Order: sequence, then C-alpha cells, then structure tokens
Amino acid sequence: MTGRSSTDKAEADTLGRRSRPAGRRRGPTAGRTRSWRDSPLRRITPWLFLAAPLALLITFTYVPVASMISYSFTDWDGVSPDREYVGFDNYVRIFTRPEFFRVFFVSGYYLAASVVQIAVALYFAVILSFNLRFRSFFKGILFFPYLINGVAIGFVFLYFFQDGGTLDSVLAWLGVTSDHPWLGDPTSANVSLAGVSVWRFTGLNFVLFLGAIQSIPGELYEAAELDGAGKWKQFRHIIAPSIKPVISLSAILAISGSLSVFEIPYIMTGGATGTQTFVIQTIKLAFQFNKTGLASAAAVVLLLIILLITWIQRRLVPDDKVDLV
Amino acid sequence: MEGPRSSRRRLPVGGALTYLSLIVASAVVLIPLAVVFLTSLKTSEEVGSGGALSLPGNWFNFENYVTAFNDGKMLTAFGNTAFILVFSIGGTVIIGSMTAYAVDRFDFRGKKLVMAGFLIATLVPSVTTQVATFQVINSFSLVDTRWAPILLYMGTDIVSVYIFLQFIRGIPVSLDEAARLDGANAFTIYRKIIFPLLKPAIATVVIIKGITTYNDFYIPFLYMHSEDLGTISTALFRFKGPFGAHWEAISAGAILVIVPTLVVFLLLQRWIYNGFAQGATK
Repeated sequence: MTGRSSTDKAEADTLGRRSRPAGRRRGPTAGRTRSWRDSPLRRITPWLFLAAPLALLITFTYVPVASMISYSFTDWDGVSPDREYVGFDNYVRIFTRPEFFRVFFVSGYYLAASVVQIAVALYFAVILSFNLRFRSFFKGILFFPYLINGVAIGFVFLYFFQDGGTLDSVLAWLGVTSDHPWLGDPTSANVSLAGVSVWRFTGLNFVLFLGAIQSIPGELYEAAELDGAGKWKQFRHIIAPSIKPVISLSAILAISGSLSVFEIPYIMTGGATGTQTFVIQTIKLAFQFNKTGLASAAAVVLLLIILLITWIQRRLVPDDKVDLV
Repeated sequence: MEGPRSSRRRLPVGGALTYLSLIVASAVVLIPLAVVFLTSLKTSEEVGSGGALSLPGNWFNFENYVTAFNDGKMLTAFGNTAFILVFSIGGTVIIGSMTAYAVDRFDFRGKKLVMAGFLIATLVPSVTTQVATFQVINSFSLVDTRWAPILLYMGTDIVSVYIFLQFIRGIPVSLDEAARLDGANAFTIYRKIIFPLLKPAIATVVIIKGITTYNDFYIPFLYMHSEDLGTISTALFRFKGPFGAHWEAISAGAILVIVPTLVVFLLLQRWIYNGFAQGATK
C-alpha cells in the first residue's frame, strides 16, 4: 500500500526487460531466434486474455460516459424513441435554477464532516500505533462500523435520532433533557446525517493511517529519541511526513465522497427537510421524473467537478509512485 | 500486525487520558448498535413504554427475529445476495487475474493504451454514470434480473486488477519460462502456475469484494425492483414500509444483516485490515 520499495521497482524493471530463451521452439518460424516473440500466436495471446475484461470495461465505463455526454444535450425522457437536441439548455438550467444548485451546499456539511473524520482517525491511529493494552480490541471497534451494511446503519441512526430514541435517552441519562427534533429542520438534519457519515467512515481512514504509521521503521524513532526529540517533534518530523501521501488520498476521497453522498440520506430521510444531495437529485430526475437528459447533464457536471479536484490534487501533491507497468 | 515492531514503544505517561478517549470512542461506536440490539429483543409494548436504554423483559424473546426473517423475506434476500456474491466474486477474480497476467507477462502493441484505459476508468465514480449505465443494462434486457448487478460488479472493478498486478510482478518469470520449456502454453501457465500462486491476492480481493457487494445498496436498488429479487440491502430497506414504526422488527432485521458481517470480521480480522488498506490506496 505504501508503494513498492526500490527493490520491488528494480525487480519489476528487470522483469520488464526479461529475455526469453529463444530457439528450440516448436512453431511456424522455429529455428529463427526470438521466434516465439514474433509468432502470430504470441501476438494474439494477450488479447485472448484481455477480451473479456476490455469488453466489460468498455461496456460499463466508456460507453456510459460517452452516451451520458450525448444525452446531456438532449431532452430525452429515457423511454421514448425520439429525443431532441437542445444544446446547452440542460446545463443552463442546472446552474441557474437555485433548487438544482442547492444540493452543492448540502455537500458542504459532508465536507466539514470529513475534516472531523480525518482528524479523529489520525488521532486514534497515532495513539494506537503505541503499544497499548487492548490495542487490537480498540482497533476492531473503531474499524467495524465501516463494514456494516449501509441500510442497517440508516435504521440504527433513524432510531438514534428519534424522539425518545437513543440520543435523547443517553442525554437524559447524562442529565440533559432535550426536546430537539434532530431530523426536523434542515441544519440539524444535515448535521445529524453528516455525523452518521463520520461514524461510518472514520474506521477506514483510521486503518489507512495506522498502516502507514506502522510501516515507518522503528530505528527512526530510536534515533530521534537519542537526539532528544520529544513525542510532538517525533510526530511532526517522522510520522507526519511519512503519512502525507495517505492523508492526501483521504482528502481527495473525502471531497469526491461528499459530492456523491447517497445512501445514508436516502435511507434516513429520502432527501426530505433539505437533505437532498446531488446523487439523490440525479436519481430522482432520471428514474422518477424521467428527465434523463437533465439528469445526464447533472451527472456530467458532477463528473467534471470530481475530475477537476483529482487533477488539482495530483498537481498539489505529486504522486511519485505512479508506476503503471 | 502484532509483530515485534509493535512492542518497540510504550505509551508516554498521561496514558489515562488516552484510554479515556478510546473508551469514549468505543461508547460512541457501540451504544447505537447495542440499543438496536436491545430493541430487537423487546415486545412492541416494551418499545412503546420504556426508554431506548431500558432492558428487554425477556432476553430470549426472538419473536421479532422470526417476524423479520419471514415477513421481511430475508431467506430469499440472503439467497439472492449469495448468488450475486458467488458469480461477481468469481468473475472478478478470473477477470482481474487474467488482465494482470496479460499486462504483466506480455509485450504487445497497444499495451500502454490498455493500461491507460484501466487507469482513466478509476477516475470515473460509478455513481456519476449510473443514468447512462442503466440504459446499457436496459438494452441487454437485464433490468430486474440478478445478472445486472453481477455484470456491473465484475465490469467496474479496477481495484482488483491493480491488486493482482502488484502481486503478479512479484512472481518470478523464470517459473513461466521453465513451464514454457516443458511445452506449456500461455493458458496452461496462467492456470497451473500463476493462478495458484496468486492465492494471497485472491484472498484480499474476495474479502474486499465480498464485503462491498454484501453491503451495496445502490445497484440492487436501481436494477432489481421485484420483491423476490431483493438482496439483503433492498429487503431491509423495504422494512420501512410495512413495519413503519415497529422498531422492534426493524431492529431485528438490522441485526440479522449485521451479524454475518460481524462473524466474518471476527474470523478474518487481520486479512480484512490489510485487504482494505491495500484496496483503498490503489
């Protein structure tokens, strides 16, 4: 996960330039050196292996992207055989009608939540990289929510935020009486839902950070201690730099995640009380109101935003470990 | 995980606060789940009268589970989920490992293009393309069949291709060559040498794929409307209607869905952490 070490890299390089023992080959051009390499069979073999994967990749990624772009310039309803070309009308509607644009503000709540989530995950990852009692137990508890089914989480937290539900009972038990309808107004509903996503996703960030911290060689700490560096300095100069790539990855997952929130608000509120997100809106447009053209335009906008963010992140934190083949 | 390295450092003094924060975090994680578990054991009168934190009168009241399991059609749901799991995991493993084998072990024209094709696809989140993907599935007349999610889970799993690719690079090419000298063709090499040696990577992919498929709501929700095609996610989602405010039944349903995950997690902890760490950073 932390990229391949330099020895891996060297190995891969030699693998890339592997020389194959030539000659002694059965085949149409046997006798010539490098015969296997040049034989037609050899040339089509990789394509035999790639046929199914490429067919799936094209059918379920590239065809949808292309057709989505083409739908976005039409008024298609998704069913009827005819559709009309409407130019940029759909895009103009998305950016000028406030009700379409409001969903981006909802993402703001989730974005704020991801900051909390990353901070909490980082704190616990640092703590649990020390040798603690019940370490695996705490680690398991913090990670487990990430594995739970989203619908089950939705129900658990619907009950949590109910009048007289878990939250109210816990507060009463702590001596605080609360009559607040947690999912009742847009602000508190969005804060509550964003809180659920912190609960759900902190564990993943935590495990990623913990893995990165544990791959730091122990000698570094020992050397730092000999040099008189305190815990804080060790964190700042040893831990922080070495987990920077993982934090940057979490940041980008957080941003694209906050734009594409769907499950929890859909299950818990159905998008009511101002909790509608971009994806809920797109799904409703496409599958309830049959506005496939408009929904496609919305999806293209979302895709472009996510690509833009990814691009900015790559520029800001150049990933020196991109090694494809 | 608990290698010799983990014992290298002791917590500095001030550990009490550290433990306190860990206990608070555990409470935050466990209380909502524990309350739902308690609720699942209560009768509907108990749910109506007592607070959420009250204890059930009878700890062995499994009636709600029976109701949830039968009226919620959970058996069908587990069956459908199992069917989808088997095919999509099997397909992902075969397709991912074949792709990795072809890309790592062969030099061919267009290889860079193929790799770029897989790489660029990772940048496109599937939620954004679902409106158009639906039309693709629709044109194959696969909407409302179990093959729709199976194809989608198989076709869009680029993470597993990367996991296999990283792993296959570590398998020495000399093994392939020895087999080739013995007259094995590319397919035999893949099947008899590469595939068996990929076991650890296969375990990782099976775990990640299994858990995400088991939990997925979005795809079955969009593609399988019929009631008898419910997966555990959509079947549980349907509890919202008939059970309305019957929290004891809804809670039992939620616990029924969570328990298998908990069991798998407890059995495979170590591999699950590693699997997700590997999968997410690819």
